[in-house]
Amino acid sequence: MELERTSVQILQCAKTYPDGTQGLLPSSLDVHPGEVLALLGPSGCGKTTLLRLIAGLETVDSGGIIRFGPQEVTDVPVERRQIGMVFQHYALFPQMTVQANIGYGLRIRGTSEQQLKQTVGELIDLVQLKGLEHKRPAELSGGQRQRVALARAVAVRPKVLLLDEPLTALDAKLKVTLRDELADLLRRLGITTIHVTHDQQEALAIADRLAVMRSGKIIQVGEGEALYRNPKHMFVAEFLGRINRLQRTPQDIVHHTVNIAQVPVRCPPGPWPELFVRPEDIELKPYDRQQPAATITQRTFLGDRIHYRLEVVGQGALTAEAHRDSPYLVGDRVSFTIAPEHFMPCENDE
Amino acid sequence: MIGQRAPRQFPFMLAILTALVTLFMLIPMALSITAGLVNNYSQGLASGLTTRWLEQVWEGYGDTLVWSLTIASLCALITIVVGVPCAYALARTQARWARLFEELLTLPVAVPGLATGLALILVYGQFRSFRQSFLFILVGHVVFTLPFVVRTVSSAFANRELIALEEAARTLGAGFTRRLLGVLIPAVMPAIIASALMVFTLSVGEFNLTWMLHTPLTRTLPVGLADSYASMRIEVGSAYTLIFFIVVLPLLWALQAIANEVQKRYGT
Amino acid sequence: MPVVVIFFAFWLLPMAWLVALPAQKGWSTYFAIFTHPKYWLSLMNTVGLSLLVTAFTLALGGAVGIFLARYKFVGRGALLSLLTLPLSFPGVIIGFFMILLGGRQGLIADLSEALGAGRLTLAYGFTGLFLAYLYFSLPRSIATYTAAAEKMDLALEEAAKTMGATRYAIMRDVWIPELAPTTFACAAIVFATSMGAFGTAFTLATKFEVLPITIYTEFTNYANFALAASLSMALGLVTWLVMYVARRYTDSAPVAV
Repeated sequence: MELERTSVQILQCAKTYPDGTQGLLPSSLDVHPGEVLALLGPSGCGKTTLLRLIAGLETVDSGGIIRFGPQEVTDVPVERRQIGMVFQHYALFPQMTVQANIGYGLRIRGTSEQQLKQTVGELIDLVQLKGLEHKRPAELSGGQRQRVALARAVAVRPKVLLLDEPLTALDAKLKVTLRDELADLLRRLGITTIHVTHDQQEALAIADRLAVMRSGKIIQVGEGEALYRNPKHMFVAEFLGRINRLQRTPQDIVHHTVNIAQVPVRCPPGPWPELFVRPEDIELKPYDRQQPAATITQRTFLGDRIHYRLEVVGQGALTAEAHRDSPYLVGDRVSFTIAPEHFMPCENDE
Repeated sequence: MIGQRAPRQFPFMLAILTALVTLFMLIPMALSITAGLVNNYSQGLASGLTTRWLEQVWEGYGDTLVWSLTIASLCALITIVVGVPCAYALARTQARWARLFEELLTLPVAVPGLATGLALILVYGQFRSFRQSFLFILVGHVVFTLPFVVRTVSSAFANRELIALEEAARTLGAGFTRRLLGVLIPAVMPAIIASALMVFTLSVGEFNLTWMLHTPLTRTLPVGLADSYASMRIEVGSAYTLIFFIVVLPLLWALQAIANEVQKRYGT
Repeated sequence: MPVVVIFFAFWLLPMAWLVALPAQKGWSTYFAIFTHPKYWLSLMNTVGLSLLVTAFTLALGGAVGIFLARYKFVGRGALLSLLTLPLSFPGVIIGFFMILLGGRQGLIADLSEALGAGRLTLAYGFTGLFLAYLYFSLPRSIATYTAAAEKMDLALEEAAKTMGATRYAIMRDVWIPELAPTTFACAAIVFATSMGAFGTAFTLATKFEVLPITIYTEFTNYANFALAASLSMALGLVTWLVMYVARRYTDSAPVAV
């Protein structure tokens, strides 16, 4: 399906509810035509509020502007914004069949019966629901319902596609399978998509770029990998994975080192009082007096990898991740190395 | 709400209480039925069964039955037509005055029917023709029952899933009328039916308000009943009560059954 | 849609206004209920009766409700329908029932005569009134409690039993807290209905005077409109207050056991 690609521009949009709570602080965001952007953050961070503002289901506080491409849509009601939206619990019309659900938007627009049948048929093939056209939502599984919701949203050729936690209502295994299918589908459709989730794996797998949010603000925007490797804020670093915090003394700063278990370890030059390192970047080795040492206090086998908790003199407890065949056990005394480039500096934004 | 496993010991206390309560409730009903059918109450069944009391009642009070049913039906219709849009507005707005309005809405229920009747007479009593018509009573009934409809239907409209459905329809371009007919009404149909039924029942049995508002020419069934209890023989009163049972109760049951059917068809 | 809302306001607001209007004929009449012992007594009678009826209704209704919810026997559905039937009866019928039961030609009179105690008539006194009020209140509480009892969590009771709780302890610590919201709501409705009940008392014409009867008498016999209005307001206020408190309580967060 060839569709034109629209950019989305959000300028200083905020949302205050009638009872006074601030759902969103003035925020700005640029979504590139055809890209999939994820709004990622914990509950209450404002991501759903922002999505609903873009949809037109809530009105922006005065002063904010929303544009779809060249057209300003701030005051355009939701019925005329030409968006497609997939709701968290799908909101499929219970009395209509799959076919009728998908064709609902087209029918409203007065599409000819023939055109409607053709488009609906194409979509049913696209989302692999062939054979289920005449079933009611109650007769479908969670994954099937999700696909109907998606087909319905896309049927009207929306300018912007909005997904509100589309995978949250599914169980874990299904989530992973559908995640990849969804990512693939979105890639093929090429519609500008904004996708809300609290699951960072989901965001990383599906989106081109991520906007991490907290407490009504957008903290950082960027490609998933870039955000993971170079988070600018501690919150982003912590949200996208796990991190260990290492403290530095003034001498460390002068010497470009960080003192771990009384062994100075090289790290990039810079004035930061704290450094962060990801568990998977701590490489465990047999005990060696010249390398930093630690005692293993906890070992958790997770199938494809092992988590270790290390007690390190001078730095407290650190988490390390090793491959499945790592031989160390609780109580062992081990050493570890950290490559200098794996130290991450972060601004503490408290 | 879990297990279908019943607790193991049979609670005799509860069973006995239930039995006593049941007797208490059922005996008067049985009494009144027999009383309406016997020739002479003080002699009881020994005096033989007859239908002459029933006939007497029908001749003298038959019209009250018709009026009661008519008013109840009209009342249900009006409250639905007026109440449903009102309920929708209340369920969708977040303004504070709406909450205040909801509180006010509960007033006619708390204020005794007597007082409502009083108020209506004092204000509208001068309008002769209005005052002496059945319309007056209908107005009273509507005022009294409207809150039930609005509350029930309003909470049905406020259902989260329904809100999501409506939003989905909006994103697909559906205007208000289309949403109303295609999504909203079907979803709250059970609530509408249930409250219509309630209004009908309340209207048929309404006495306090109606007694204040009635004139000898505008009598409903309960008013007629009170009349007969005060001035007629026990047998007549019983026969009248029996007519109430025979006509009104099956009607209510039938309505309930219809309501359940509709619920099954439209319910999620 | 706001149009309809306004339309309704035209009904309710004038109604509220006109209830207030008559009483303004004399400010002191507002407080008549406090100043005249006769009216005060009437109010107290009504409140007392209503409270008593509420208490009994809750206890009995709760017991029956729990029983019916747990023991499914043949005819249970029919029994439940029969028991909740009186909900559709006008109050006058119930007054009549009491006459049939306890009046001069009543069943109880027959029974007591057969037992040699003379003809006992209790329909026209406090007992008769009380029983009548109980009669129309029980269906409501039975219906409410049966529905609520079905939702009771047996697991809580079983946990209590494993910790050695006696039947009374279970009743006190599990049933009552669990049914508390229902109880409050039900109590409010039963109380409000009892306070405003007119037809039943009217039919029985007892010497024990309840406020609705007083109001009626003032209005029709003495044409004391202002007074009747003010008494009605007092009655309405008390009733509304009780319902309001109950609603606030049940709307707030569920009680933690």
